[in-house]
Amino acid sequence: MQEHDMSWVRAEMALAEPAPAGVAGFQAWVRKNLIASTGDTIMTIAGIALVVMILPQIINWAFINAVWTGPDRTACATVAQGGVQPEGWTGACWAFVNAKFGQFMVGRYPIEERWRPILVAILFVALLVPMLIPKVPRKGLNAILLFFALPIVAFILLVGGMFGLPHVETSLWGGLLVTLSLSFVGIAVSLPLGIVLALGRRSKMPIIKTLCVIFIETVRGIPLITVLFFASVMLPLFLPEGVSFDKFLRALIGVSLFAAAYMAEVVRGGLQAIPKGQYEGADSLGLGYWQKMYLIVMPQALKLVIPGIVNTFIGMFKDTSLVIIISMFDLLGIVKQNFSDPNWATAQTARSGLIFAAFIFWLFCFGMSRYSMFTERRLDTGHKR
Amino acid sequence: MASQEVLREEPSRGSFINDPRVRGIFFQAVVVVVLVAGVWWIAHNVIDNLTRLRIASGFGFLKGRAGFDISESAIAYSSDSTYGRAILVGFLNTVIVAVVGIITATIIGFIVGIGRLSQNWLIRKICTVYVEVFRNIPPLLVIFFWYSGVLAVLPPPRESINLPFGSFLNQRGFYFPRAVWGDGSWLIFVALLVGIAMAWFVARKARQRQMATGQQFPVFWTSAAVIVGLPLLAYVLSGFPLSFDYPKQSTFNLTGGFQVRPEFLSLYLALSCYTAAFIAEIVRAGIRGVSKGQTEAAGALGLRPGSILRLVVVPQAMRIVIPPLTSQYLNLTKNSSLAIAIGYPDLTATAGTVLNQTGQAVEGVVIMMVIYLAISLLTSLVMNWFNAKMALVER
Repeated sequence: MQEHDMSWVRAEMALAEPAPAGVAGFQAWVRKNLIASTGDTIMTIAGIALVVMILPQIINWAFINAVWTGPDRTACATVAQGGVQPEGWTGACWAFVNAKFGQFMVGRYPIEERWRPILVAILFVALLVPMLIPKVPRKGLNAILLFFALPIVAFILLVGGMFGLPHVETSLWGGLLVTLSLSFVGIAVSLPLGIVLALGRRSKMPIIKTLCVIFIETVRGIPLITVLFFASVMLPLFLPEGVSFDKFLRALIGVSLFAAAYMAEVVRGGLQAIPKGQYEGADSLGLGYWQKMYLIVMPQALKLVIPGIVNTFIGMFKDTSLVIIISMFDLLGIVKQNFSDPNWATAQTARSGLIFAAFIFWLFCFGMSRYSMFTERRLDTGHKR
Repeated sequence: MASQEVLREEPSRGSFINDPRVRGIFFQAVVVVVLVAGVWWIAHNVIDNLTRLRIASGFGFLKGRAGFDISESAIAYSSDSTYGRAILVGFLNTVIVAVVGIITATIIGFIVGIGRLSQNWLIRKICTVYVEVFRNIPPLLVIFFWYSGVLAVLPPPRESINLPFGSFLNQRGFYFPRAVWGDGSWLIFVALLVGIAMAWFVARKARQRQMATGQQFPVFWTSAAVIVGLPLLAYVLSGFPLSFDYPKQSTFNLTGGFQVRPEFLSLYLALSCYTAAFIAEIVRAGIRGVSKGQTEAAGALGLRPGSILRLVVVPQAMRIVIPPLTSQYLNLTKNSSLAIAIGYPDLTATAGTVLNQTGQAVEGVVIMMVIYLAISLLTSLVMNWFNAKMALVER
């Protein structure tokens, strides 16, 4: 009886003790991540030294000493150079970017017609954003509008010459407008073309296979500049006398074909990763070749190679900057062209303009790569090997 | 087997049109007909256009006088040289920038890639920032940044920046002392070759001995001593034949020394920085691709961290790294054609000039394509050989 009284059962859990100071908290984090060993400490000190040396300079240059607005070069030049800044001043000349912003976006597109590219940009964003958010319904309609209706509307709006819109030569286009339209068309053309080339390369028909291999390997072996040269110098020779087409279109063809060859190799990687059982399963269901590819193989293969596809897109987006070589002015080209504007020629102009262009390119590319990571996670069904 | 034969001989039940083999032959025939017609049409147009423009086809133009100067040339070249030689100069310039670029990019790439896996938080972040910045901007922009943003705004020659070892940096490029080899310096090169041969021999013998007896031999220190010591000895014996030609300040310019022009410098720096970001990612993926069990097993065998990395992790990581590394090397070589944008006379630039001067568009583009394809194939061959050597030897 007595024993019964002595027994005791604990009804609630004891509160967790905090972790010892050595394994958790800020101090432990520092010990583990910054000063784990002598070598580590030395590296941390070197790293801090590097950051302390560079970061304040960058912040000073880009923000504190920067000139944000100004009428012309005097705002960004020192007194000795004929400007208003004190001797020894260095800072970003954002005033230059500010003054040229319109040009950087649409090039020499006539000012009274600039509402057209702006309208196209609004339409593009309005269609692209719901396309990218998985929860928004009606993806099919959205895709048709984005990939079929928008290009037609954009073509009518941008080129003009019909419905009472004055015609605008493509030689007047420039800036981000050229970069984005080249890459949009390049993406829209290169993916289907790349898929077809990849299927051709894995085809059992020897002639088609050989042709695809020759095309892919040749294009992958030469630089884009050579392809652009080819498109701008050789294409006119290939056509009968009197027939010629737009330089912009020639660049488009060059960029698209180039990207298609790389895309084909990415897609082929995906096709090879699909187990043979999937092909045979589709065959045994009685599906034809195209049905088999469209319904069974491609959905799996493309899902596997999303990172590769997006990398190719990013590569192409960056490569559009090369059209400067065949004297077209994309974002980078127009920025570079404006260095020679005597109104803005200072020691800081080139740096500021290039960093602005780099920032825009970076935003797009970084955004694409992050979105691809997001999609990859979303579509991951755990079957990936 | 027999049943298959029987099946095959059975007449197909479906229509003749639905037989995949017949369809295959039909489609290929259509493709061939379209292709031949297209090529014939293009060839016809090209010949038409060329006769109209009065351009003679063929490669005879390569023997003509070039008549333009090239700012940088590894071999003797003047405006009296032939077009063929101009293209050769361009080709050599492409090779030079590609080779030094590949070496630098590999070194930076490996450092940054290993840095991204470091235990040290700060180092990891710095390396991540580097990779994310350079991966997401066009290489051409990086080239322009170095060219117009950094090198063009350096001080003029009179206010050159002094750097260690008597080198200078200014608007016109980077100047460093040029080595002048006097009489008898051939002895130094011979000694260097002998040293390398001896080091190789020692390494081989040491490995054989370790395989046979398990005894180790300090190969690294012996090789270093032989490779450095022998040429030094030869240098002393031949009476100090090496002297340096230092760049000197004169009124308007620097004279003497070796000048690296800003065009080359910016192309080289940009290609190295840009490609290094990609190589870093490849290296990181390669090292992470080696399973943790390997490291732990090596640790259990009592290897020190350095030895684990050198003997166990890196050899396995290299197998994952080499194929994508090859394509990065090829990319760098192809990206070197961006030189044309800043006026470094590489293959594309010189061939482009030749093409413009002669109007031989077809031949010019064909030469460019063939040379780039040859470089690509050669690099692929070498790297495939290296890859096969490093590959896992299985039964």
